[in-house]
Amino acid sequence: MVEEESVRVVHCGGSELNFRRAVFSADSKYIFCVSGDFVKVYSTTTEECVHILQGHRDLVTGIQLNPSNYLQLYSCSLDGTIKLWDYLDGILIKTFLVGHKLHALFTVAHAEDSVFVTINKEEPDIFQLVLVKLPKFPSQEIEAKELSFVLDYINQSPKCIAFGREGEYVAAVRDFYLSVYFFKKKTTSRYTLSSSKNKKHAKNSFTCVACHPKEDCIASGHMDGKIRLWRNFDDDKKYTYTCLHWHHDLVMDLAFSVTGASLLSGGRECVLVEWRDAAEKNKEFLPRLGASVEHISVSPAGDLFCTSHSDNKIMVIHRNLDTSAVIQGLVKDRSILTGLMIDPKTKALVLNGKPGHLQFYSLQSDKQLYNLDIVQQEYINDSDLIQIELTKAAFGCFGNWLATVEQREEKETELELQMKLWKYNKKTQGFVLNTKISMPHDDHITALCFCNAERSETPTLVTASKDGHFKVWILTDDSDIYKNAVGWTCDFVGSYHKYQATGCCFSEDGSLLAVSFEEIVTIWDSETWELKCTFCQRAGKIRHLCFGRLTCSKYLLGDTENGILCCWNLLSCALEWSAKLNVRVMEPDPHSENVAAVSWSSGGSDLFVFKPSEPRPLYIQKNITREEVQWGVFVPRDVPDSFTSEAYQWLNRSQFYFLTKSQSLLTFSTKSAEEKLTPTSKQLLAEESLPTTPFYFILGKHRQQEDKKLNEALESELVQLPLTENIPAINELLHTPAHVLPSASFLCSLFVNSLLLSEETRSAEEIPDDVSMEEKESDDSDEENNVTEHVQDTQSAALEEDIVYQLSKSEEKELRKFRKVDYSWIAAL
Amino acid sequence: MRLLLPWVLNIEGMGEFKVHRVRFFNYVPPGIRCVAYNNQSNRLAVSRTDGTVEIYNLSANYFQEKFFPGHESRSTEALCWAEGQRLFSAGLNGEILEYDLQALDIKYSMDAFGGPIWSMIASPSGSHLLVGCEDGSVKLFQITPDKIQFERNFDRQKSRILSLSWHPCGTHIAAGSIDYISVFDVKSGSAIQKMIVDRQYMGVSKRKCIVWGVAFLSDGTVISVDSAGKVQFWDSASGTLVKSHLIANADVQSIAVADQEDSFVVGTAEGTVFHFQLVSVTSNSTEKQWVRTKPFQHHTHDVRTVAHSPTALISGGTDTHLVIRPLMEKVEVKNYDAALRKITFPHRRLVSCSKKRQLLLFQFAHHLELWRLGSTVATGKNGDILPLSKNADHLLHLKTKGPENIICSSISPCGSWLAYSTASRVFLYRLNYEHDNISLQRISKMPAFLRSALQILFSEDSTKLFVASNQGSLHIIRLLEGSFKHLHTFQPQSGTVEAMCLLAVSPDGNWLAASGNSAGVHVYNVKHLKLHCTVPAYNFPVTALAIAPNTNNLVIAHSDQQVFEYSIPEKQYTEWSRNVQKQGFHHLWLQRDTPITHISFHPKRPTHILLHDAYMFCIIDKSLPLPNDKTVLYNPLPPTNESDVFRRRTAHAFKISKIYKPLLFMDLLDERTLVAVERPLDDIIAQLPPPIKKKKFGT
Repeated sequence: MVEEESVRVVHCGGSELNFRRAVFSADSKYIFCVSGDFVKVYSTTTEECVHILQGHRDLVTGIQLNPSNYLQLYSCSLDGTIKLWDYLDGILIKTFLVGHKLHALFTVAHAEDSVFVTINKEEPDIFQLVLVKLPKFPSQEIEAKELSFVLDYINQSPKCIAFGREGEYVAAVRDFYLSVYFFKKKTTSRYTLSSSKNKKHAKNSFTCVACHPKEDCIASGHMDGKIRLWRNFDDDKKYTYTCLHWHHDLVMDLAFSVTGASLLSGGRECVLVEWRDAAEKNKEFLPRLGASVEHISVSPAGDLFCTSHSDNKIMVIHRNLDTSAVIQGLVKDRSILTGLMIDPKTKALVLNGKPGHLQFYSLQSDKQLYNLDIVQQEYINDSDLIQIELTKAAFGCFGNWLATVEQREEKETELELQMKLWKYNKKTQGFVLNTKISMPHDDHITALCFCNAERSETPTLVTASKDGHFKVWILTDDSDIYKNAVGWTCDFVGSYHKYQATGCCFSEDGSLLAVSFEEIVTIWDSETWELKCTFCQRAGKIRHLCFGRLTCSKYLLGDTENGILCCWNLLSCALEWSAKLNVRVMEPDPHSENVAAVSWSSGGSDLFVFKPSEPRPLYIQKNITREEVQWGVFVPRDVPDSFTSEAYQWLNRSQFYFLTKSQSLLTFSTKSAEEKLTPTSKQLLAEESLPTTPFYFILGKHRQQEDKKLNEALESELVQLPLTENIPAINELLHTPAHVLPSASFLCSLFVNSLLLSEETRSAEEIPDDVSMEEKESDDSDEENNVTEHVQDTQSAALEEDIVYQLSKSEEKELRKFRKVDYSWIAAL
Repeated sequence: MRLLLPWVLNIEGMGEFKVHRVRFFNYVPPGIRCVAYNNQSNRLAVSRTDGTVEIYNLSANYFQEKFFPGHESRSTEALCWAEGQRLFSAGLNGEILEYDLQALDIKYSMDAFGGPIWSMIASPSGSHLLVGCEDGSVKLFQITPDKIQFERNFDRQKSRILSLSWHPCGTHIAAGSIDYISVFDVKSGSAIQKMIVDRQYMGVSKRKCIVWGVAFLSDGTVISVDSAGKVQFWDSASGTLVKSHLIANADVQSIAVADQEDSFVVGTAEGTVFHFQLVSVTSNSTEKQWVRTKPFQHHTHDVRTVAHSPTALISGGTDTHLVIRPLMEKVEVKNYDAALRKITFPHRRLVSCSKKRQLLLFQFAHHLELWRLGSTVATGKNGDILPLSKNADHLLHLKTKGPENIICSSISPCGSWLAYSTASRVFLYRLNYEHDNISLQRISKMPAFLRSALQILFSEDSTKLFVASNQGSLHIIRLLEGSFKHLHTFQPQSGTVEAMCLLAVSPDGNWLAASGNSAGVHVYNVKHLKLHCTVPAYNFPVTALAIAPNTNNLVIAHSDQQVFEYSIPEKQYTEWSRNVQKQGFHHLWLQRDTPITHISFHPKRPTHILLHDAYMFCIIDKSLPLPNDKTVLYNPLPPTNESDVFRRRTAHAFKISKIYKPLLFMDLLDERTLVAVERPLDDIIAQLPPPIKKKKFGT
C-alpha cells in the first residue's frame, strides 16, 4: 500500500461532457467527447465509457478524427498541444507542441498533414483561425510552429466556424457578419446583416454556422431563432439567402446530414428539428429532450446523430429520430440547494439534478444512475418563469424513506411549499410517492432530518421552519376499506419563544432532538417531546448543528454566524470547548467519531478534521481550494483503506467529497490522479485483453484442445516447423496496427526470412523474453539496459545493410523500430 | 364614419390656419386583379376588380399616367401586352378587349365564344393571343394590325383553363386546369402531355387542386403553382414531377418568371410573395437548382398577381396595394428604383371643392357624394381640436345610371353646378339651395359631341364649363341659368389624338391650360378663343397644373417632383423658376415617392404656392431663399423655442407639414381655413374582407 504520501485534492469526475461537439468514429461504434482534461470514448450501443484518453494538462478544447486515418483522433487543448491518439487502444501516438493556447480544432480531408486551430491574439477577445502544419518526424514530441494565418477576428466558439464542401472555403460568423474565405481564390467575402438599434434587427446576430457537404450552401443560426441558408456567396452582389424560422429563441447549433439532404437545428426549446430539403414546411421534430440542445453532430456513416445538452447529457439519435442511447454525466447547471447526500442503498451521491429532479450519481463510474422526478411537472424553459425548486431532501430509515421539500416563491408573500415523502419500492428498485403534504409550514423550511436510530419503531421526521415551529411527522397506519396503506402525519409541533427554527438534528441513538432557534439550541426528549435543556452562546445564529457519534455521543456541536464553533457536553449541560472558526460545512463521518469542518476566509477554504471530545484537530489542510466550499459529505468506502499515518486515519473508512461554489466536485486522495483513475489503457494494450466471451469459452477451449491434438499428431509425422507464434518478427507483423506498417513488398523479404529455419537454437530462449519486454516498453518510457539491443535512432542507411544478412532476431529489432519510426520517407521513395 | 374635426395648425411663418380635417370620404380602392409589365416601354398595366385598367410609367417615377374606367359587367381576369405596345384584356364576360392607349378608350371588344375567359397570354413573338375559357377550350387568335382574328381551337379539355404559358420558342404551351396541367403542341393543337397535380394538402386530400399559374421555361421545365400551396417543377417532355416545394398553407395564386429565367416570383393567399432563384449547386459546376430565397410580406390579403421586371418584383392583390420591390442585386445606383414602392391611391383627384359654399364633392366608382363642411366658433392654439358648432352634412348621394364607372366629376366654385362623366355620357346638374334643402335639376340634351370627358372644370365665376374630351379636343360651354350654350371647341393639334387629362383655368377666366400625357402644356386664350402658347415639353408627365391669380403664372408639377412656374403673359419661365432650376431642388424633395396632385394659391399672398401629395402638404414661399442639400428640408422644430436669428437663418422657401396623411385632397377655403381630406389605411383595411387567419406565435 502506498504510504506517507501527502493527501491531495483531486477533481472527481463530473466534468462537462457538453463542452464541445461530440465526434463519432467512422463506423459509428464509438463517440468521443471532451471532458475536462480528458477525452472520453463511449460506445454508442452500450453507453459505456470504453477509454479515457488522458495526457493533456489543461482543458481539451477540440477533437477531430484524423482525416487520413479514421482510426486516429486529434485533440487540442489549452495547454498548447495537439495530440494524436489511437482511440481503439487508447494510446497516445504523437504530441505536437504548438505553443499558443488552442481554442478549437478543425480538420479538412484534403489537407492531410495540417490542421486548423483557433488561437488567441494579444487582446483577450481577438481570435484567429490558423493553419498548423504537422511535421512528420518520428519522435513522439514534435514542435509544430509553422502557422499560417487564415482568418482574423473570429468567434472563439468552434460552432461559429465551418468548413465547406471539400474544404474549398471556410465560413466564420461573429456578431452581425458572416465571412467566407475561399482557399483557392485566397479571398474573403463578408456579408453583414443589419444591426441597427431598431428592435426588429436587434437580435439578428449570428450564433452558429454549418456548411452543406455537397453544395455551396451555408446555414447560419441567429439570436432570434432564424436559420438563414446562404447561397451564391462567391459573388458579393448576387448572394442570396433563405430564412427558416421555427425556433423562438436562439439557435444553439446546426448540422447538415452527411448527404446534405437535411439540416438539423436545436435550441432552448429542447427540440431537435430536422429540416428536410431545406424547406420551411418540411420539417420533423424530436421533442422533449429534457434540456436545451447545445451541440449537434452527425456520424460520418450518416446513421446516427448526437445532441449534447445543457444538463451534461449526450443523446445518440438514430437517423429516423429515435433516441438510441443517453450518456448522462453529473448535472451541474443549477444551484445545488439540497446539498450532497449519500443514498444508503446504492451508495450514490444524491443532489439536485435537472430542474425539479433529484439525481443519483455514481461516484465510482462517473455516471448518473437515475433521475427521480420530484416536482412532476413539465419543465418549460423560459427565463421569465419562476420555477418550482427542490430545496431540501433527506434519506431516512436506511434508505427506505426519502423526504423532499419543494417551493415556489412568486412574490415575497406568496410562498408555495410542498413536502413529499417517498417510499423505496424493492420491486421496482425505486422511490414511490407515499405522502404529499402541501404547506407543511407557513414559511420556508430550514432543515429536515430523519431519526435514523436503529431501535426506533416508527419512522420519525422533523422539519424546522422560519415560521418559528418545528414539526414532528410520524408514519401511521392509513388503511381504509380499499387497501392497507401507511402515511405520514404530524405528531408534534414545538416552538421556542417565537424564534425562527433554523436547524434540527437527532442524536445517534435517536433519544434526543436538538433544534436551533436562531441563537439558542434546544434539546428535546424524542419520547415525550419535552424540552430538556437549552444552550445559548450569544454568538450569532446557529448555522449547523450535529451530535457526536460513537464514543463522542455525549457531545453536541454547533457553529454560528459569527464564526464560533461550540461543543456542548450533554451530560453536564455545559460548554465543553469553543473555537473561533468560520465554518461553512460541518459534516460528521457516519463510520467514526470524526467531524469534518470546512472554514472559509478570503484566502481560501481550509479543512479541519477533529473529534468532538478534544478541541485539537486530528488533521488540518490549509487552502484546499480557493473558492468557497458549499457542501460536503463523507462517503463510506467499499473496502476500507489502511493508512498507518495518524493524520490520514480519518480517510480509512470514508472519503470526503465536497462541492465548491463553481460546482466542481472535489475529493481527497493520496494516490496520484493518474493512478487513481487508471484507465484501462494498459490492460487493453496487450493482446491478452481479448474478451472472454461465452463463445471464447466454448470455441476457444475446444479449438485449443484440437490444436493440441493436431500438433501432437503433426509432431510425430513432420519435421518441426517453427511455430509462428514464437517468431518475434511475425508477432510484430501481426500485432502492429496495419496503418503504421510499411508496405507489404518491404515486409515480404523479412517475413519470408523469418519463416526460414533458424540454425541457432539459442535464440528461441531469448525471444520470449524480448516479447515481454517489448510490451512493457511500448510507451518508450522505460530504458532497456541491454545496450546492444537498444536502438539508437533512425540511421536507416546502416540498417538497410543489415536487413539482408541478419537473422530473425535482428529483423525483429528492425520491426520494432518501425513502430517508432516515421514511415513518411517510404512514401517519398 | 368620422366627423369633421377642425384643427388649428400653425405653419411657421405662415400664421395659423383652421383646418377641416375630413375623414368621411369613404373611399376604398378596388383590389388589384392583374398586372402586366411591358419591357419595351417600361410600363405596367394594372387591372382592378371593378374593371379599371391603369397604366403606370415606371420610368417616370411610377406615375399612373393613364387609366381606363371600369364597367360593372367587365371583370378583368387577364391582361397582356402584345405586338409591342398593344394592351389586351379578357374577362368573365367572355370578351377580349383592346385598349386605345392614345385616346384612352376601348378600341373594340370581341366575344371569344367559350364562356368566361380565365386566362389570356400573348405569344413570345407577340403575333398571337391565346385564351383559356370556362368550357375547357384554348383558342388561338391572330393579332392583325387593327383587330384580332380567331384562328383555331386547341384540343378541348374537360374543365376550365385557369392559366396558360407559352414556351419561349412558341412551339408549345402549358395550360393549367383543375387537377392537371396539359402541354399542347402549337402546330397540331393537340395535347401531348397531361400532368396530374397531387390533391394532397398537408396530408389531407382536398376536393380539388386548382392550378392557378403555370410558367414554361425554355429548357422544357413547367413550373406550376396551385391551391394546395405547392410550387412544382415538371419535365414537360416526360410529364414527370421533378421537384415540389410546399410553401404556403393556402393557395399560391400567381407566378411570374424573369426574362432571363434565373428567377421567378410567386404570390400566395396569405399575402406573402416568395422569390425563387436559380443558383449553381457548387461554384465550379454548371449544375443549377431552383432555391426559394426570400419571402416578402408586404400584403395583408391574397396576392392575386405578380410580375417580374428586370429590376423589381411587382405584386398586387385584394388589399389594393401595388407593391414594387426592387431586387437589390440588380439595382446599380441608389435612386428611386432602389426603394420599395407601395402605391395605394390613384394619382388623380377624386375630390372637388366649392369654396364659396364650403362644399366637398367626393367621387366614387358609381356614385357621387356632396358634403357641407361643419363650422365652429371656437378658437384655439396650435394643435387644438376645436368643438363643432355645426356638424358636417351629407347633402347629396347621386347614383350613376348604367354600369359604367365615373371618370371625372366637378362642382362649380359657387356650388350651384355639378358635372360628371362616364365613358359614354357627360352629365350636368344644377343645384338649388333653399335654406337647408337642396334640389337637383338635370340639364338634359347635352350636345352629341360631349360623349365622354376626361376632365371637367368650371371657371372661377362659374359661368363657363371646360370639358376635355378623349378625342383630344377641348370644349367651352357657357352656363346660363338652367341651360347652356356651346361656345367653342379647340381641336387638337394636327396629327395628334392625344387626350388631355389635366385642365387649369386662371381665376380671371382668360386663360386655360391643358396638358396631355407627354406633349407640353397648351395655354389657350379664352377671350380670343385661340391657342396662346405651348410650354416647352418636358420628359416627365405633368401631375398637377394651376394658374396663379393676378400674375397669371402657370405652376406645373411633374412626376419627377420638379415644379415649374411659367408666366403666361410673358410666354416664358419666371425668374423664380429659373433660379430653382439653376440651384436644383433639395434631394429629399426629389426622393418623395408620391406625385403632387393639387396646386392652389393664397388669395392674399401672391408669393405663396400651396401643393400637396399623399404624405405631405407644402407651402412654397417664393420670397425666401431656396434650401440647399445641407439644410433641413422638413422642419421638425417647434416654432417657439428657437431664437429668431436661428429661425431666420434656417428659414427656407419650403414649409412642409406631414401631419395629415394619407392626404387625398387639401385646399384653402379662405385666408385662414384649410380643408384636408384624409383616408387612413386602417379604415380601408377595415372595409376589406378578412384576410386568411394565420396562427401567430405566442398568442
